Amino acid sequence: MFRSSPLTDDLQRLTMRDAFAAAAADLLDRDPRVAVVLADISADLFRKAAEAHPDRVVNVGIREQLLVGAAGGLALAGLRPIAHTYAPFLIERAFEQVKLDFERQGTSGVLVSVGASYDWAEGSFTHFGPRDVALFDTLPGWRVFVPGHAAEVPPLLEEAVDSEEGAYVRLSLRHNEAPHGGTDGALSVMRRGKRAAVIAVGPVLDNVLAAAEGLDVTVAYTNTPRPLDTEGLRDLAAETGGTVVMVEPYLEGTSAWLVSKALSDRPHRLLSIGVGREELRRYGTAAQHERLHGLDAEGIGARVREFLGPA
Amino acid sequence: MTITYEETRELAQRTVVDARYPNINIYTLDAIWVLYDRVLRVDPQRIDDPARDRFLLSKGHGPSAFYAVLAAKGFFPAEWLDTVADLESPLGSHPDATLVPGAEISSGSLGHGLPLGVGVALGQRATGHRDAQVYVLVGDAELDEGSNHEAIAYAGAVGLANLNVIVADNDSASHGWAGGIASRFAVNGWSTATEDMHDHDALYRAFTAPHPDRPHVTVATVRT
Repeated sequence: MFRSSPLTDDLQRLTMRDAFAAAAADLLDRDPRVAVVLADISADLFRKAAEAHPDRVVNVGIREQLLVGAAGGLALAGLRPIAHTYAPFLIERAFEQVKLDFERQGTSGVLVSVGASYDWAEGSFTHFGPRDVALFDTLPGWRVFVPGHAAEVPPLLEEAVDSEEGAYVRLSLRHNEAPHGGTDGALSVMRRGKRAAVIAVGPVLDNVLAAAEGLDVTVAYTNTPRPLDTEGLRDLAAETGGTVVMVEPYLEGTSAWLVSKALSDRPHRLLSIGVGREELRRYGTAAQHERLHGLDAEGIGARVREFLGPA
Repeated sequence: MTITYEETRELAQRTVVDARYPNINIYTLDAIWVLYDRVLRVDPQRIDDPARDRFLLSKGHGPSAFYAVLAAKGFFPAEWLDTVADLESPLGSHPDATLVPGAEISSGSLGHGLPLGVGVALGQRATGHRDAQVYVLVGDAELDEGSNHEAIAYAGAVGLANLNVIVADNDSASHGWAGGIASRFAVNGWSTATEDMHDHDALYRAFTAPHPDRPHVTVATVRT
């Protein structure tokens, strides 16, 4: 029986959320245009920053429509807002605000979520956000960052804040042992092979690398799935006969339309691995949910082997 | 050339903004006119001045009155009013801030202007333009949208004094507002006034009454 505890599983010295709060505080100190809008979540991590910058660190209480709308208003006033809360409340509950209060106003902002697909597994479905990146694919103009390690957060946040484009930064407790990738959005090749190009997004990389043991496949990493490095993908797919595996820590198939579009001029084959659509109605831990969705090394390895067939 | 209120009213009446609803409703004209004629510190030559006051038309449906006032005050030529909602026209049945000179927000879907206005007011404060005022016009039926009540409660709680709301109240909310609209704001610590929409002097006094430590709402009533 697979057992793990929500209190000891995933213990980290520094979580992505900790790294985000520290990096955002630095940006508040450095850039008078930066403002942080909160809806109670993580407010304790911003207490010092709020004392130092009372006009630019705002907690609106448990009001997510106002969270995103006020961030849009700050952008209209010339600031660079960072709005932050749990993924399903930030993106799903306030989705019309995400849709109308930035790009349609001729502005942009930075949205930073925690919780990811099932970080708070014992909290269950209400706090799961696997649909977030798919929803951003329905909107023009947003970049999406999915760091795989806390050390990737500060440079990605800085990249997001310093740009004039909209950005969604998806933080998770799931993580790789070491940071990878840069901030230029390019796919980083971790190892090379001939039978498939396996693309790992953010915190699934370690599981993908473990799954690829003994397989003749390329593994490439990105923490910037939007815009997806489709040029890099085409180059890698050209070396694997157009065989691609996309492993994402959110809704399975989220990137299938982009891969298909990028390779539309040549025969290709795609396996999408990600979080399933079904509601499991289970508690437990994030690691257990990863396993249930087939996103652990064993699950990924089995699906890739089945997809590739005998060598 | 100065365009009068009566001339602006004619401009608004000839501006059919929505072929589906040809009966033009310009009941918001008085409030918008008084703001642009006597209250707002805005300049059509400097529409991006960061220190300007801002008028956010949240109730974007039926913007004839808004377009007419912007034209009357020189933000764009009055001829634009003759082709509203054509494919190439910058003026549509709901305003698009990226296309209309002087329009501060794109609106249409109800309940967005007041939360945006909270953010603009916070932003004016954070950028040192503490005197700049933000005026948001909402409809009485628009207040049905819950997002407004998130903004009303928060702005009152933190005393967001550079935020001003005008509720254009033509008694159109399906379930009404038992106890009055102003009471929803007052209970959250707002300064309030309720005036007749057609009384320009009363509107002017309500829009400019000092409220140094709290936001202010003017309920402008239209009873036909």
